[in-house]
Amino acid sequence: MNAQLREFTARVDELIPRLRRYARALTGGRDAADDLVQDTLERAWTKLHLWRSGSDLRAWLFTIMHNVHVNQLRSRAGAAMLPLDDDVPDAPVRATQSDLLEVRDVQTAVNRLPVEQREVLLLVALEHMSYQETATTLGIPIGTVMSRLARARERLRSILDASAGVNLKIVK
Amino acid sequence: MSTKPIEQDLHAWLDGELDAARRAEIERYLASHPDETARLDAYARNEQALRAYYDPVVDEPVPPRLTRVRAPGRSRVWRFAAVLAWVAIGGVAGWHLHGVTSTGPRASMPGWAHRAAVAHVVYSPEVRHPVEVPADQEAHLTTWLSKRLGTPLRVPRLEGVGYQLVGGRLLPGEQGPAAHFMYQDAQGQRLTLYIRVNRGETRETAFRFAQEGNVRVFYWIDRGLGYALSGEIGKDDLLRVATAVHQHLNP
Repeated sequence: MNAQLREFTARVDELIPRLRRYARALTGGRDAADDLVQDTLERAWTKLHLWRSGSDLRAWLFTIMHNVHVNQLRSRAGAAMLPLDDDVPDAPVRATQSDLLEVRDVQTAVNRLPVEQREVLLLVALEHMSYQETATTLGIPIGTVMSRLARARERLRSILDASAGVNLKIVK
Repeated sequence: MSTKPIEQDLHAWLDGELDAARRAEIERYLASHPDETARLDAYARNEQALRAYYDPVVDEPVPPRLTRVRAPGRSRVWRFAAVLAWVAIGGVAGWHLHGVTSTGPRASMPGWAHRAAVAHVVYSPEVRHPVEVPADQEAHLTTWLSKRLGTPLRVPRLEGVGYQLVGGRLLPGEQGPAAHFMYQDAQGQRLTLYIRVNRGETRETAFRFAQEGNVRVFYWIDRGLGYALSGEIGKDDLLRVATAVHQHLNP
């Protein structure tokens, strides 16, 4: 193995735990997450020649993961479901009582976010990416990152507040 | 500061994305708006909870299936990646290692690759007779050259990288006949692919690069055949096409 390949391998290996963390939060399940990581790594190795030495490997791998994930969702849901238009206002969060009972934890609530909002929130909150890095990784304008982030946070808070209200009633 | 800042600035404050002056303004605003402060606190708490839940994933042992992705079990991907990475650094380092310099005869360039470069120089400027058999008789071209070389040949499709097949011809080689395919892009830029049977030399090699005057050549050996792709385009562009050829031959 030559020096550059050795370095690439080592740096990819270093990033696998972070890819797993992000994938776990994005998909909400361990097996689904590791499948996503595996698909991402396979894609990365076949696209190795497109990676420019010295460029940001983390952003490159997370971009591949984003693309793989979006393609998986598309093929599962049918193209008509995606993407959600940013200009369409979020539907007010009025979950039914049984829905709310399930939302005890913030990680469960995150899975209720539209995938575009979830991605931005997780890259910022878990990966500590800057707005610019997030924009580059997802291939969207920085303004879109900011509006999705604001919506994600507010929506998450509404879901949890509503859920807490229900739990409170139950406790009474 | 009494006017409400735009929503996104509150988030940017939370994420440390503001400069000092703007940060101070937001903090003055928040000092007099406890409800807004409470809202931002709630956002921060939710994200802390998320991190508390997901950060331990980073310390979990990585399942072996994920570190095996590049392993020999996937030999083709591996070999291909290795080939490309070799080229990526080999451009300069490997070049010297193999004694290929920018002037004078290429002592290390094998005779067949040199013949490929010469054939490129001879045939690619040809206007009226660039090939013996044109691309519209591709089936005949493939059958004929496969028969003469004594091995089934495939003609790579390179439309994906912008090159159309012009046609091909038979050439004399050191050890027997060689096949010579010509491609052309929309601007009339021509590339040639030289293929010969590598008798007694069946090991596979990485892409090698050499240059003869203005002609750049990537050559490699794969499954007993020697391939040399020649052109007068930049090395990166030529590598892109060589990659496409390799992918086509190893689908």
